[in-house]
Amino acid sequence: MKPTPFDYTTARSVAEAVALLADPTRDAKIMAGGQSLIPMLNMRLARPELLVDITRIPELSHLTVDASGALHIGAAVRQSRTAADPAVRRGWPLLAAAIEHIGHPQIRSRGTVCGSLAHHDPAGELPTVARALDARFVITGPRGIRTVRAEDFFVATFSTAVGEDELLLEAVFPPPPAQHGWAFEELTRRHGDFATVAVSVLLERDSVAGTVRSARVVFSGAGPVPVRLPAAEDTLVGTRVGEEALAAARRAALAGLSPSADVHASAAHRRETAAHLLVRACTTAWERC
Amino acid sequence: MTPSVPVQTTVRTPPLAEPSGWHRITLTVNGEQITAEVESRLLLSDFLRDRLGLTGTHVGCEHGVCGACTVLLDDEPVRTCLALAVQCDGVSVRTVESLAPGDAPLTSVQRAFHECHGMQCGFCTPGFVMTATALTEQPERPGPEEVADALGGHLCRCTGYRNIRRAVCQALDERFGE
Ligand SMILES: Cc1cc2nc3c(=O)[nH]c(=O)nc-3n(C[C@H](O)[C@H](O)[C@H](O)COP(=O)(O)OP(=O)(O)OC[C@H]3O[C@@H](n4cnc5c(N)ncnc54)[C@H](O)[C@@H]3O)c2cc1C
Ligand code: FES
Ligand code: FES
Repeated sequence: MKPTPFDYTTARSVAEAVALLADPTRDAKIMAGGQSLIPMLNMRLARPELLVDITRIPELSHLTVDASGALHIGAAVRQSRTAADPAVRRGWPLLAAAIEHIGHPQIRSRGTVCGSLAHHDPAGELPTVARALDARFVITGPRGIRTVRAEDFFVATFSTAVGEDELLLEAVFPPPPAQHGWAFEELTRRHGDFATVAVSVLLERDSVAGTVRSARVVFSGAGPVPVRLPAAEDTLVGTRVGEEALAAARRAALAGLSPSADVHASAAHRRETAAHLLVRACTTAWERC
Repeated sequence: MTPSVPVQTTVRTPPLAEPSGWHRITLTVNGEQITAEVESRLLLSDFLRDRLGLTGTHVGCEHGVCGACTVLLDDEPVRTCLALAVQCDGVSVRTVESLAPGDAPLTSVQRAFHECHGMQCGFCTPGFVMTATALTEQPERPGPEEVADALGGHLCRCTGYRNIRRAVCQALDERFGE
């Protein structure tokens, strides 16, 4: 359980990190919090030649709300700092709540938000939340800077739009709807484990009509990428989230989800659980609206 | 009997076995500033145990699950098996050895573990004690859920959890009042 030999360097700027990644003579890998990468090194599942530590790059340690009200989380920002941040707790409580489901404080004290998103474990909490909150991802590399939307960012298990020679600079969360309710529900074997299934729900309330104006329903553990379920969202829009709407949302989840089976749960168990968690999450989100 | 061949002793630093980078780091360990040459791949847990002889930090799983190797890095509980020594340049590390050095009295956390019998074999104890120490150092008393979450980051193979939790509660009572 020891890593194979590699070299290590602390990048001092984004430009330096990108140049190191682009060097064709060495297989370089970015290291953020190391909470997924070091276990892989210890088990020798990853054998990079060079680790580029990005956590000391001053340009990446920002956790700020811009003039438009969007939240920017730099690549060096740790999960614990994000979840404790008053602005995050006020404006993006779904994000703060989901982070508290990641492992334990001893992991979140090192793990970064962007590292979890770039790593993209499909059972992870943050990818579904990023999709539900319609996050944008700012990526840089030898071909310049680009922005990718959450729906295009997650490509497959452990695979995202970030190329081998690219760096995720920040995740940007747009301002939350004026009046909204949220809920994050997950099933795990033990608290702190990766989700067997989880759901993020965001409901926007139409204050005039007193009904749901828009809804976002996204599952993790239901496929290789976060699964958004418009069919379930449609059942909620225009309603006051009563019994009928909830039953329809439940049916939409049962009909629309096709999770796979693994050692933790059969496909049928996952689907049933997902539908159940959805009902619970919609109820809570509506109560918070 | 064959005549004994005189053994020749030469003292030398072994050459680098592998072409992996070495780095000079300076960090504070239990209040003492230390400068060391470390190979990139050296885990902080091995640096503490094998290079500094601080074997109070235990190593169980080496992939971040068991919590036995937890120490405080800049006052926060962290897995030393998921940190490289080279990452710790400029960082302050506190291991279980920092708590009651020499003949110093036990800290409230150590005393509580002792009085509540918060251990059986003791393998998991240093990790639990360091996490509990961080809890008692918070500005306000952490709530029961926060305590459960923090203790959940440790596995006790002897399943001594009840007494461990009792010990942590006692230490928190002592620090913050009941
Ligand atoms: C015991 C344990 C329990 C855990 N439980 C959970 C859990 O319940 N839910 C969960 O979601 N996660 C869990 N994790 C994983 C943890 O949240 C990690 O912190 C996270 O997945 C990765 O973030 P990191 O900053 O540590 O990234 P690292 O480990 O440093 O990197 C992970 C990967 O992402 C790449 N990477 C990192 N940052 C960037 C970037 N800015 N740009 C491009 N590539 C980048 C790295 O090259 C690497 O391939 C757990 C980990 C442990 C050890
Ligand atoms: S040895 Fe580090 S967590 Fe198990
Ligand atoms: S007391 Fe034996 S492992 Fe916890």
